[in-house]
Amino acid sequence: MNELSQGAQDRSEPVVHLDAVSLSYGSTRALDGITLDIPSACVIGLIGPDGVGKSSLLSLVAGAREIQTGQVHVLGGDMADAAHRRRTCPRIAYMPQGLGKNLYPTLSVFENVDFFGRLFGHDRHEREQRIAALLRDTGLSPFVDRPAGKLSGGMKQKLGLCCALIHDPDLLILDEPTTGVDPLSRRQFWELIENIREARPQMSVIVATAYMEEAARFAWLMAMDNGHLLASGTPSDLLRRTGTDNLDAAFIALLPEEQRRDHKEVVIPPRGMGQDEDIAIEANHLTVKFGDFTAVDDVSFRIPRGEIFGFLGSNGCGKTTTMKVLTGLLPASAGEARLFGHEVDPRDMTVRARVGYMSQAFSLYSELTVRQNLELHARLFLLPADTIEGRVRDMVTQFDLVAFIDALPDALPLGVRQRLSLAVAMIHAPDILILDEPTSGVDPIARDRLWQILSDLSRKDGVTIFVSTHFMNEAERCDRISLMHAGKVLISDTPERIAAERGNGNLEQAFVAYLQEAIDRVAAPTVPSTQAAVSAAAPPTAEERHSSHRLLGFFDPRRMFAYTQREALELQRDPIRATLAIVGSLILMFVMGYGINTDVENLAFAVLDHDETTISRDYALQISGSRYFTEHAPITSYDDLDRRMRSGELSLAIELPPGFGRDVARGSNVQIGAWIDGSNPSRAETVRGYVQAMHTTWLVQRARELSGAGEATGAFQIEVRFLYNPDVKSIVAMAPAVIPILLLMIPAILAALSVVREKELGSIINFYVTPVTRLEFLLGKQIPYVALAMLNFFLLTAFAVFVFRVPFTGSFPAFTAGACLYVIISTAMGLLISSFLNSQIAAIFATALLTMIPATQYSGLVDSVSSLQGAGAVVGRIYPTAHFITITRGTFSKGLGFDDLSAPFLALIVTVPVLLGLGTLLLRKQAN
Amino acid sequence: MRVSNIVQLGVKELRGLSRDPAMLILIIYAFTVSIYTSSRAQPETLNRAALAIVDEDNSPVSTRIITAFNPPYFSIPKMVSQADVMARLDAGLDIFALNIPPNFQRDLLAGRSPTIQLNVDATRMSQAFTGSGYVQSITTGEVSEFLSRYRSGAAAPIDLALRARFNPELNKSWFSSINNIISSVTMLSIILTGAALIREREHGTIEHLLVMPVTPVEIMASKIWSMGLVVLVASAVALILVVQGLLAVKIAGSIPLFLFGAALYLFAMTSLGVFLATVGGSMPQFGLLMMLILLPLQMLSGASTPRESMPEIIQNIMLAAPNTHFVILAQAILFRGAGLGVIWPQLAALIAIGMILFGFSLWRFRKFVR
Repeated sequence: MNELSQGAQDRSEPVVHLDAVSLSYGSTRALDGITLDIPSACVIGLIGPDGVGKSSLLSLVAGAREIQTGQVHVLGGDMADAAHRRRTCPRIAYMPQGLGKNLYPTLSVFENVDFFGRLFGHDRHEREQRIAALLRDTGLSPFVDRPAGKLSGGMKQKLGLCCALIHDPDLLILDEPTTGVDPLSRRQFWELIENIREARPQMSVIVATAYMEEAARFAWLMAMDNGHLLASGTPSDLLRRTGTDNLDAAFIALLPEEQRRDHKEVVIPPRGMGQDEDIAIEANHLTVKFGDFTAVDDVSFRIPRGEIFGFLGSNGCGKTTTMKVLTGLLPASAGEARLFGHEVDPRDMTVRARVGYMSQAFSLYSELTVRQNLELHARLFLLPADTIEGRVRDMVTQFDLVAFIDALPDALPLGVRQRLSLAVAMIHAPDILILDEPTSGVDPIARDRLWQILSDLSRKDGVTIFVSTHFMNEAERCDRISLMHAGKVLISDTPERIAAERGNGNLEQAFVAYLQEAIDRVAAPTVPSTQAAVSAAAPPTAEERHSSHRLLGFFDPRRMFAYTQREALELQRDPIRATLAIVGSLILMFVMGYGINTDVENLAFAVLDHDETTISRDYALQISGSRYFTEHAPITSYDDLDRRMRSGELSLAIELPPGFGRDVARGSNVQIGAWIDGSNPSRAETVRGYVQAMHTTWLVQRARELSGAGEATGAFQIEVRFLYNPDVKSIVAMAPAVIPILLLMIPAILAALSVVREKELGSIINFYVTPVTRLEFLLGKQIPYVALAMLNFFLLTAFAVFVFRVPFTGSFPAFTAGACLYVIISTAMGLLISSFLNSQIAAIFATALLTMIPATQYSGLVDSVSSLQGAGAVVGRIYPTAHFITITRGTFSKGLGFDDLSAPFLALIVTVPVLLGLGTLLLRKQAN
Repeated sequence: MRVSNIVQLGVKELRGLSRDPAMLILIIYAFTVSIYTSSRAQPETLNRAALAIVDEDNSPVSTRIITAFNPPYFSIPKMVSQADVMARLDAGLDIFALNIPPNFQRDLLAGRSPTIQLNVDATRMSQAFTGSGYVQSITTGEVSEFLSRYRSGAAAPIDLALRARFNPELNKSWFSSINNIISSVTMLSIILTGAALIREREHGTIEHLLVMPVTPVEIMASKIWSMGLVVLVASAVALILVVQGLLAVKIAGSIPLFLFGAALYLFAMTSLGVFLATVGGSMPQFGLLMMLILLPLQMLSGASTPRESMPEIIQNIMLAAPNTHFVILAQAILFRGAGLGVIWPQLAALIAIGMILFGFSLWRFRKFVR
């Protein structure tokens, strides 16, 4: 009963209420004082070009972004209130902008939906039922095992919808769900939404879209521009108010006067007759394969000079690949591409000079100003130096860039940037322009201006234009168009004829018909019937409803393990990361074990013997007999000594003075000279120690020979015992100490990247809008890396014991327990670093900086902590690596166990909650 | 191949770098602050080494020995009981424990040759080894001085005059400052070219270049000369201002000759950077790959530990790495004042390795941009 009244109340009240909401990114104002009520239980459209604040508005409503000023009420509560967000986020579903932005590309279709089911606490049985029903209704059932990254754009969006619908939301927020999706998939997508709405009429849906023809079907529209709300109302309301017959025109009419002033309808004059003999672009049975994937399949077309040729199709259908072949960026696997009758040859610079190419993304140098960009390209195209200035001026005037001449591209609006791209592509007055989606993300007015320029180029200058687009009204402006699907050209003709033939005069309908036909031909059985009953979205029973709320508030192991499982799957499928973690650390251990070698052996030495007596030769023999030194050819003169030491050949030179033997025999004062190469001070110190020791031994021997044995045993003796490492081998000391360093750096970097990657790629949004808490998120992500690090630990230890033959003398359980604590700490350090950094490269550098230096310099690896001074000493006392090195050396070499190592264990135990607590505090649950 | 294109594109690289404050700060930091601090912070081999003494004699001679240990080489000795010695060594509190037995002075004077025991924690390699020598010589010195008051007429002195050439005081900061320059040069040459290339691809500008009349050789050569120049200038500044100026290190040889060697080295390393960028497709993969390559190159080049003591196979393998030759060359010129006559084999090796790396990277780069 309670449920029903709740629903009724929702229907009468607005689902979303905004009051004076503003949002700024730095100095850019994304939303400016928006006040608005959004009615519930219907589909509401948010229309307007890119960059006007649609996405910002939706992310505020979804609770993914922090509110700066104003009030946002969603489902009857204030979204600034964390408790309300926690209560309502299980009732909201949010699909962010970008194809598959909230999906995990390496996970399969099933695993993706399953992850969301786990986040909402569904048990296994319930999850499987729901997933099966959702996948069946969206037609994804045949692809359950396919990785999400390999789905087509339309399928990705359907999968995104499944993930959003798994928990029966009351409010569904879709941010441009159909951008970049072919018309057929778009149509299917909306049919799906219709069916779901039929089954659950109380659900409200808010959709942002750039396609006005879609928006015409929604119940209620809000038009936005430049952070402001222009108008709201039903589509017919808006048309009536502006006195227009389509929403594109209505939108332009709604814009403020100053933006509209320069706008004119694009009129493209018809092409003159008799030009068709001169073929500019030609493709004959063009095929491009990547491995066993055919991106372009037997494509042929002929484009005469001066024609505007449109290329339509969904993302990934082969448009961009075809364009790259035409520009010589990609070689064709079969068939040929011709420009002006010559086959495209990447090495032929003269053809390149006749082509202008504008790639999909803005691809000019953002670090150069508008003028510098133009000048650089003019020079690269070898325009004569004296004409460059004039040409740049012409382009700036023609493309209306005068006001921005010294600005950096990043500071310019998208429309202006696209004009700059076009100006750069035109700088060398090419005969052919190849434009890859030049208008995506550009507002209608700027789009019209761009088309006017294209029209002039084609009709006045005879430039051939090859352009790809998603927009039907742009396709209608082309002289001829080709529709591409899955690498094949389906139809190629004038827009009018295509529309008349299959679509009753409507181009979009014609395309849908062609697409449907192509799909039926290829894969008839797998095509879903979109009319299927949407059983998964049936009204939830009280029990089901309840199940979503069974979860504990602040910490629920199920949500944590949802992240653990997902992270583990991703790790498993990223060969580079996994390889690096396992093989990489073994390689590094090998290298460091050998590299940090302080054993000094086989040093080169030579003697300058002025005496040449038995005694002097005996002295030299004493040195060459030791394993530390290798004797080289005798030194002949001081010059020889100098030259050989300078070249680095000799580490030690001994000079025995004339009359050495005589003086020794007489017992008079005599001095032996020894020169050590001091360029490497620590090696020199070791050499000094060796030489001194050998000198002393020689003296003792001499004394013994002179006065009989026994007498010269010395006044006293020092007995030196090298403990733990009796042979004083570097490897015994270094190998155990290298383990802590490797177990710090690599797990920390991997853990840090795991969070920062989500931030950079956008899937962090799932953390923002689902009920998972910060601690669950961090711990869940940490577990797989701890497991991986422990595997690494066992491998490294085995490597030290069996390959380096370092004896292990202490308690292995104590060593393992210490390692376990330590890798929890090292991964927690990575998570802590990731909580405040946003780019992957910054995370790598910061982690390397914050781990490498303290671990190698202040943790007792070479110099013991007690010998450090100042800041280094402070770091050394608290840094976990120092404590774990004590545990490692204690258990490895000193034969110790738990009892002897309680102090470092205690230090490690205290560190764990400190790091995790800080990480949890610093991590943000919303974007800001 | 057009020189003007290489120049234009290189100038574009330099302009781009000048607009990237984070990168500029990183470069300046790596060549100034980083070199200065780590050269200064590095303790001498023996610095405040922790020493414990068990004095079971309590005689004038044992007191003499105890008071002889002072900072900076040793910390003030901790007086401990025989029972604590092992526990303290186990816990890593001490590195050395000197045990002066009961009746040491009496036995010494009676000529019974008593024995002092020195326990050394040999897991602390460098300190253990150098330090035990110091402890022995200090102890011997004190005892013989004590004895010389009681006995006269020591044995015939055969003196060993030990002199360290090129760095008479064995000042560690000299060595580490040069090493830091070498490692900064290595790291930045790879990062700058590699990251510049990956950034171009991530921003799609590389495609843009390739549809223009510009060849891959020109693109690669432009990155190499521009980024190499940046690192070369930075290392010259670091060498003259920081190492010669602030750290007052005496540079024995010719700085122009060193910079010439560095230029050849940069040619090889920037080519390697391009190569790594073609292997690691994205920025994080490049970052991880770089660490995996950089660390072994640095450790085994002979900059931090002498080449002679590495296994022979590693020595031979490392002859293929440009680092090895550059380290030999840099140390010979800067410390030992070696001239062209001495280091020409290294220069020849750098040229050869550089050409091979450049050729190989170019081949990879052509495939990369396809």
